[in-house]
Amino acid sequence: MWKVSAILLLMAVTLSAQPPGYQVGRPPTPEEVRDLGSAIAPDGTGLPEGSGTVAAGRELFAAQCARCHGPNGEGDVGARLIGGQGTLATPRPIKTVGSFWPYATTLWDYINRAMPFDRPGLLQPPEVYAAVAYVLNLNGIIEADQVMDATSLPKVKMPNRDGFVADPRPDVPRERRPR
Amino acid sequence: MKHGRPSRRQLLQIGAAVGGSLLAGRKTSALETNPRKLGEPLGPYSERSPFEKAVRWRRESKTPETGSSFTPLHDSVGTATPSALHYERHHSGIPTIDPARHRLIIHGMVDRPLSLSMTDIRRLPSVTRLLVLECGGNSAGEWAASGADVQRSYGLVSGSEWTGVALSLLLAEAGAQPRASWVIAEGADACRMMRSIPLATALESSMLAYGQNGEAMRPSQGYPLRLINPGWEGNTNVKWLHSLKLTDQPYMARDETSKYSDLMPDGKARIFTYAMEAKSVITFPSGGQTLPAHGLYELTGLAWSGRGRIDRVEVTTNGGRTWVQAALQEPRLPIALTRFRLAWRFDGQDALIASRAIDETGYVQPTRAALIAARGTNSIYHYNGIKFWSVRSDGTVTNVES
Repeated sequence: MWKVSAILLLMAVTLSAQPPGYQVGRPPTPEEVRDLGSAIAPDGTGLPEGSGTVAAGRELFAAQCARCHGPNGEGDVGARLIGGQGTLATPRPIKTVGSFWPYATTLWDYINRAMPFDRPGLLQPPEVYAAVAYVLNLNGIIEADQVMDATSLPKVKMPNRDGFVADPRPDVPRERRPR
Repeated sequence: MKHGRPSRRQLLQIGAAVGGSLLAGRKTSALETNPRKLGEPLGPYSERSPFEKAVRWRRESKTPETGSSFTPLHDSVGTATPSALHYERHHSGIPTIDPARHRLIIHGMVDRPLSLSMTDIRRLPSVTRLLVLECGGNSAGEWAASGADVQRSYGLVSGSEWTGVALSLLLAEAGAQPRASWVIAEGADACRMMRSIPLATALESSMLAYGQNGEAMRPSQGYPLRLINPGWEGNTNVKWLHSLKLTDQPYMARDETSKYSDLMPDGKARIFTYAMEAKSVITFPSGGQTLPAHGLYELTGLAWSGRGRIDRVEVTTNGGRTWVQAALQEPRLPIALTRFRLAWRFDGQDALIASRAIDETGYVQPTRAALIAARGTNSIYHYNGIKFWSVRSDGTVTNVES
């Protein structure tokens, strides 16, 4: 009898010590998390240490970005990066980093994860900060002497920061009921 | 049947007319085997007949690793899309991933961060759903009414059976914290494509798929693991999924701000426009095809809605003056391609043909004019206007320019 009680007690302890469910997987290793893309939130969460200047960005842009985006970010195989401010409500809107992108953190996140197109992941954090600084400066959003880092970048207010609205669909009025 | 369908005899006559040219070339066909000689031996994995030529179409590009390839809807029958013809949209090429080394990391605002192997994931209870998947930018050319044929203007939609694990099950394993309200999903392609997904919706219906049409999904569809958000624009269905990070805010990724947002005439852009609304298109007869003779045909096409079942599809053959109800292939599954059919006699008169879908929410597929009146012509994504094809007296079928 005591044996049965002990087994029942042991079972109860085992069951209560474990979370419910299938208990698959294991905790991720730090390397596994590091190998993922660095997802950057609009408030700057996830931005790494380091900093970059507009001047450093100008050099980097010429070496790594200009062949696709044009020497001044005017666009070629790669997207146009400059201009277009004031065009969004016109028949021919030009959507660029300067005219359309609502958050500067997105620029850091995207360059870091996806650029250069044929060698994504090539740039180190200070280089990404520099590239971001240069593109923002090309668009007249920051001054030539401003330095981009984890503190200053989330504070940059993009011109189209308030240009996005929630999805109102279904939004098309019915002309008439069919049948 | 309310509207009458062609008899078996009539359908055979149609078949004979279409097949006649094939029979005429019988003796000269180099691909055909002698019917009295032994055929090919049994093989491990089938190829289609050498006579079948339907392929995806894609625009020539200096960067072929990014772009879209379009399903040949004009050659489609039934409701399933072969995995090999499923539409594709890539941003930095198709990675080759060893499933034995692939891991899904669930982290961020969870009680128990998890690293899962594919073996772990396949051990869990599975779910299987037939679903339509449509690119948010499908039919973008229709804002300018420029689609010459159904493949190029509607081919970024496909239907597959997906098998995987309910996302809610995995998030229960990881223990989502009360403050978590978004899931940041990231793929293992070179550009680490990322999207923000509202947690509440993801818990309701999202799944992590590893199977497509009865086998492991194709590399181009996300092998070995893909996020499936039923009814949402294709881009949110992150392929090669390797990270789910729970957060208390959307991350405003490039592909949900700069792209996949819908610019309105007032200069404001709609963001997080996930749902694909009800839509339909006639696949036969459609642009570029030719009716070989006068007589009875089966007019057919596909309808779907990201918000549920297709309730009915109506067809006009007189430019929208009158509409008749088409027959729908059963079973009509929610958020799945639904085939519609209508017997139609082509007597050599010019005809403007179109279909409109009504889904179970009562939503009626709008006209192109109504859509443009509401959204202008610069929103790119989520075009679902009624599509007219022009059937000319000589049997040729063309796009209707605006």
